[in-house]
Amino acid sequence: MPEDLVRLENIVFRRGRKTIFDGLSVTVPVGKTVAFMGPSGTGKTTLLKLIGGQLTPDSGKVIVRGRDISQMSRAELFSVRRDMGMLFQSGALFTDLTVFENVAFPLRIHTDLSDDLIRDLVLIKLHAVGLRGASSLNPAELSGGMQRRIALARAMALDPSLIMYDEPFTGLDPIAMGVIVQLIRRVADVYRTTSIIVSHDIEETAGIADYIYLISDGRLIGEGEPGFLREDKSPRVRQFMDGLPDGPVPFHYPAPDFEEELMSEDREIGWFRFD
Amino acid sequence: MLARLRSLGRSSLEVFATLGRAGRLWWHAIVHKPTRDSASLVIRQVYQLGVLSVVIIVLSGFSIGAVLALQGYNQLVKYGSESALGLGVALVLVMEIGPVVSALLFAGRAGSAVTAEIGLMKATEQLSSMEMMGVDPLHRVVSPRLWAGFITLPLLAVMFSVVGIWGAAVIGVEWLGVYEGAFWATMQDGVDFVRHVLKGIIKSVVFGLVITWIAVFEGYDSEPTSEGISAATTKTVVFSSVAVLTLDFFLTMIMFNW
Amino acid sequence: MQMRTIEIVVGAFMLAGLISLGILATRMSGFNVDSESNTYSLYANFENIGGLVVRSKVSIAGVHVGQVAAITYNKDNYDARVRMEIDASVDNITTDSTASILTEGLLGGKYVGLSMGAEEDYLGGGDEITDTQSAIVLEELIGQFLLNKF
Repeated sequence: MPEDLVRLENIVFRRGRKTIFDGLSVTVPVGKTVAFMGPSGTGKTTLLKLIGGQLTPDSGKVIVRGRDISQMSRAELFSVRRDMGMLFQSGALFTDLTVFENVAFPLRIHTDLSDDLIRDLVLIKLHAVGLRGASSLNPAELSGGMQRRIALARAMALDPSLIMYDEPFTGLDPIAMGVIVQLIRRVADVYRTTSIIVSHDIEETAGIADYIYLISDGRLIGEGEPGFLREDKSPRVRQFMDGLPDGPVPFHYPAPDFEEELMSEDREIGWFRFD
Repeated sequence: MLARLRSLGRSSLEVFATLGRAGRLWWHAIVHKPTRDSASLVIRQVYQLGVLSVVIIVLSGFSIGAVLALQGYNQLVKYGSESALGLGVALVLVMEIGPVVSALLFAGRAGSAVTAEIGLMKATEQLSSMEMMGVDPLHRVVSPRLWAGFITLPLLAVMFSVVGIWGAAVIGVEWLGVYEGAFWATMQDGVDFVRHVLKGIIKSVVFGLVITWIAVFEGYDSEPTSEGISAATTKTVVFSSVAVLTLDFFLTMIMFNW
Repeated sequence: MQMRTIEIVVGAFMLAGLISLGILATRMSGFNVDSESNTYSLYANFENIGGLVVRSKVSIAGVHVGQVAAITYNKDNYDARVRMEIDASVDNITTDSTASILTEGLLGGKYVGLSMGAEEDYLGGGDEITDTQSAIVLEELIGQFLLNKF
C-alpha cells in the first residue's frame, strides 16, 4: 500500500479567467486526518472535486493510491469513487427518497446484497449517527445538523477508506457542532479512515486534524500540525489564525483613492448592471 | 464596430456551445444500459409529468371543445350545414389544437417543474453527490424524465382531443340541437385515422421530446442559485412554447401532402 | 406516496390514454388502415377524372368497398388510368360492370361508383373495367346546356 493515499502535484486550475489553484502540491497520508483551511472563495470545495475526479486540473496531477485520476477510464474512476465517501456542505440528501433509502442508495448501487442485509446495514449506520429512529422520515423533515449526520451515515455506507468533509461545521448550533465533531473523530479512530476536512472553522478543525494546510490565493501559505501553525509567524498565517480584519488579505475591495473619488467630477454610480 | 462584431461572434459561439451541450446531454441520457430500477424511475416520472397534468388537460380540453362548438355553430348555421360541426371541431382538435395546446400546457405545468427540480438538485449538490457515489445523474435523473415526457405528452394530447370533442358534442348536440346522428356520422366519415389522427400524434411525440429535452437541459445547465433556477424555469417555458409553435408550423408543412 | 399507489395510478393513466386513442380511432374517425393483402386491383380508363384523387372512395350501391390507389396519365389513349384496390370479400364484380365518377352531394368530393352488369363471369385481380363514365365537369355541362338552347 502506498504511503500517501492522495497526492496533488503542481495543480493549476482555472475557472474562466480566474486562477483558483496556481501550482498547489499537497499530500494526504494513509490513516491521517488532514485539513485544508483558508478564507472563503479559495476553492476548497474545488479541491475536493479534483480529488474525486469530478473536475480535471489544467495542469498537474491528482494521484489517488498511486494512480493519476485524470488518466482513468470511467469505470476505473467509479471504482475509485466507491472507496471514497463525501460529505457535502448541504448534506446533499436526495429529497425524493426517505432517510432509509438515502443511506441504502450506495449499497443498492454498488452491491448485490439482499434487501434483508441492506436493511440491517442501513440500521447499523443510522444507529452510529444516532438517527435510527428517523429512518422513515423525509430529509426535509430534519434539521440541518441531522441532515448532515444522515449524509455522514450515507458517506460511510460502503465503509470507504477515505471520507472527505466539505465545510462540516458551517451553520450548526453548538450542540449539533459538538455531535459532528465527535462523529468525525470517531469515524477516523474506529474505522481507521483517512479523512480530508475542508473548513474555515479554526477551533473545531484544529481539534481534530493531524495536519493542516493553509491555502490562500491558490497557493499554500502554511502547513504543519495544529500546534505548529499556532506558532507560525508569517503575516498571512497569523491573519487567518487570529482572525485579523486587515492584513495581507485587505479589508477594502480594490478601489480608486477614496478622497479622489469623493471629490471627483464624475457623479455617476452604476446602480444597475446588465450582464 | 469591431467590439460589436466581436460580441456577435461571442454570442453565436455561445449559442453553438449551448446546443452542443444540449445534444450531448440528450445522447448520454438516452443511450445507456437500463439498470434494474430504470422502470420504476420512469413510472415515477410518468406520475409526476403525466398523471398530475391530467386535471388541467381535461379542463382545458373540455372548455376549448365547447368554445369551438359555439363559434363553429354560429358560422355553419348560416350555410345550413351545422351537421358538419362535429367534423370541423374534430379535425381542428385532432390535428392542431389538441397537440399544440396540450404541449403548451405541458410546458407550463410539467416542463417548468422538471427544470426547477433538477436545478434544485444541482444547487443542493444532489447531482454532485450522486456522481461521487458512482451514479451518473444523466442516467438516473435526466433519462427517466426524457422517456416519461416522450410517453406522456402524446397520451395527454389524445385525451385532450377526446375530451374536447366530447365537450363539443355536449354543447352542439345537447344544447344547440345539432342532430346527433349527423354530428357523429360526418365526423367518422371525414376524419381519417391515418391522415388526421396519426399526424396529430406524430406532432405531440415530437413536442413531448422537445419540451422535456429543453426542461431537463435548462435545469441541468442552470446556475445553481435561486436566481439561476428561476431564470432557468422561465427559459424553459418561453423556449418550449416558441419551439412548439414553430415546430408545429414546420411539421404541418412537411406533413401537408402526406 | 407509496410506490405501489403510484404504479396503480400510472397504470390507470396509461389505460385512460390508450382508451382515448381507441375512442378516437373507432368512434371519432373512419379507422381504415387497409392492408394490401386483403384487397385486389382493378383498372379503369376514364376520359376525364374531374377531381378524383388517390384515396378517394370506391363504392357499390353507395357502400364503401375500396379506394383509389393510383392515378396515371395513359399516353397511348390520352386518357387517365385509375387503379382501384377493392376489398377481397367483394369478389363478384361482373365483367360488364360500369365504373363512373360521381360527386358526393352537390359540392362534395369525387368517388368511383361501380354498377353491376348481367354477366356470369367475375373480374379478378389486375382486370380492367372497360365500360366507364367520366366525371361530369360543371363547365362542360353548362356549355352543352347553352348550345342546346340556341
